[in-house]
Amino acid sequence: MKPPRFEYHAAHSVDEAVALLGRYGGDAKVLAGGQSLMPMLNFRLARPAALVDVNRVAALAYVREDDGVVAFGAMTRQRTIEFSPMVAARLPLLREATRWVGHLPIRSRGTIGGSIAHADPSAEYPAVLTALGGEVIVQGPRGRRTVKAADLFEGYLTTSLGPEELLVEVRLPAMPAGAGYAFEEFARRHGDFAIVGIAAMVVRDGARCAVARLATAGTGPVPVRLRAAEEILERDGLGDAAVAAAGARAAELVDPDADVHASAEYRRHLTGVLTVRALKRAIAGATS
Amino acid sequence: MTETPIRLTVNGVPRTGQCVVRKLLVDFLREDLALTGTHVGCEHGICGACTVLVNGQAARSCLMLAVQADGAEITTVEGLMQNGALHPLQAAFRRHHGLQCGFCTPGMLLTALDLLRVKPDPTEAEIREGLSAVLCRCTGYHGIVKAVQAAAPELRAAAPWPDRRSP
Repeated sequence: MKPPRFEYHAAHSVDEAVALLGRYGGDAKVLAGGQSLMPMLNFRLARPAALVDVNRVAALAYVREDDGVVAFGAMTRQRTIEFSPMVAARLPLLREATRWVGHLPIRSRGTIGGSIAHADPSAEYPAVLTALGGEVIVQGPRGRRTVKAADLFEGYLTTSLGPEELLVEVRLPAMPAGAGYAFEEFARRHGDFAIVGIAAMVVRDGARCAVARLATAGTGPVPVRLRAAEEILERDGLGDAAVAAAGARAAELVDPDADVHASAEYRRHLTGVLTVRALKRAIAGATS
Repeated sequence: MTETPIRLTVNGVPRTGQCVVRKLLVDFLREDLALTGTHVGCEHGICGACTVLVNGQAARSCLMLAVQADGAEITTVEGLMQNGALHPLQAAFRRHHGLQCGFCTPGMLLTALDLLRVKPDPTEAEIREGLSAVLCRCTGYHGIVKAVQAAAPELRAAAPWPDRRSP
């Protein structure tokens, strides 16, 4: 028996889940896909008094487009996203990033809401949410509120969600038609946690860059939106010199930590290299 | 510690059990149902030895609670043989030396089966990427990759098994 003792509740509705979280006042953990929480329980790194399992909340599993925004129920499996024709058409960057999330057997269970609420700094979905300027809807004892990506991630495995709040929906603006995109990542082996990952999108207007979006995974406690690097492209266009300058700027914008996997200096170097790679591929795929 | 009743279908057979809520699905399969073909490796989702099919999709049985499988259809390695004969994928593993000690083999088989369901005609690179979900410390993977390559056309030609529901 690997996990520590806990009380287990399978919620059947969002209201029931939120009420259960309220009852435990911060001592309960939400069990979504379990691909991060279950290892932490098995290692006994997490010892919650209770688990509130939301796998049976059918109303939390959907993908729908809603006025230019693609809305995902928090319990939408990563595997569903990987094979969704709507995601392929409207959010191809998310689809590409999904293939970097663990492996297919992990994606069978792992969810978009769980990945974002877990807020692992090396995870792919927080980087995509940050790059595209998405938002999440959370429900707590006092109702629902919307939290923008920029206000969501506070630190390592820490979001601005309260302990009695449940992430219920992830909202990403659909990518403009013809947008180029790339998700570049370096890990020791495919499926391992990213040492650094870069999410990139460019919208071309002839030789000019109408919109550039860049965000990182693995470069510090939270995903970093590389706004100053985006501005170089939006000002100077999509030529090789601008791309190189954006890559150099990207490396300056991050303040990575060192750990057993990579030094801070190496992560900074990778940020520049992967930004250039991602931009080149995104620009090649962009049509105006 | 309170026990919870669960009902599920394992390899096509309805099964019931009583388990404490913190029991992992892999431990329930092995200890309560005596289906010891599913192996317990790392118990944190990295090695893939415990991979089973949950409602037709490969998943880590060490990262699910048994109570979460209530109502689910589970396929383990014991469910692969058909009419006393090895499944074509198992036969290919034997033919191509896709196993040595055999510890990872149940996870390899179920992972490969799921891969061949979503990608019936995979390239070698796609097989290698798909199988990176399971660690093998003996074979160097070459025999396993060859076995999956060899089984792919057989499975495409065979009757749909275990099912062809959407990916």
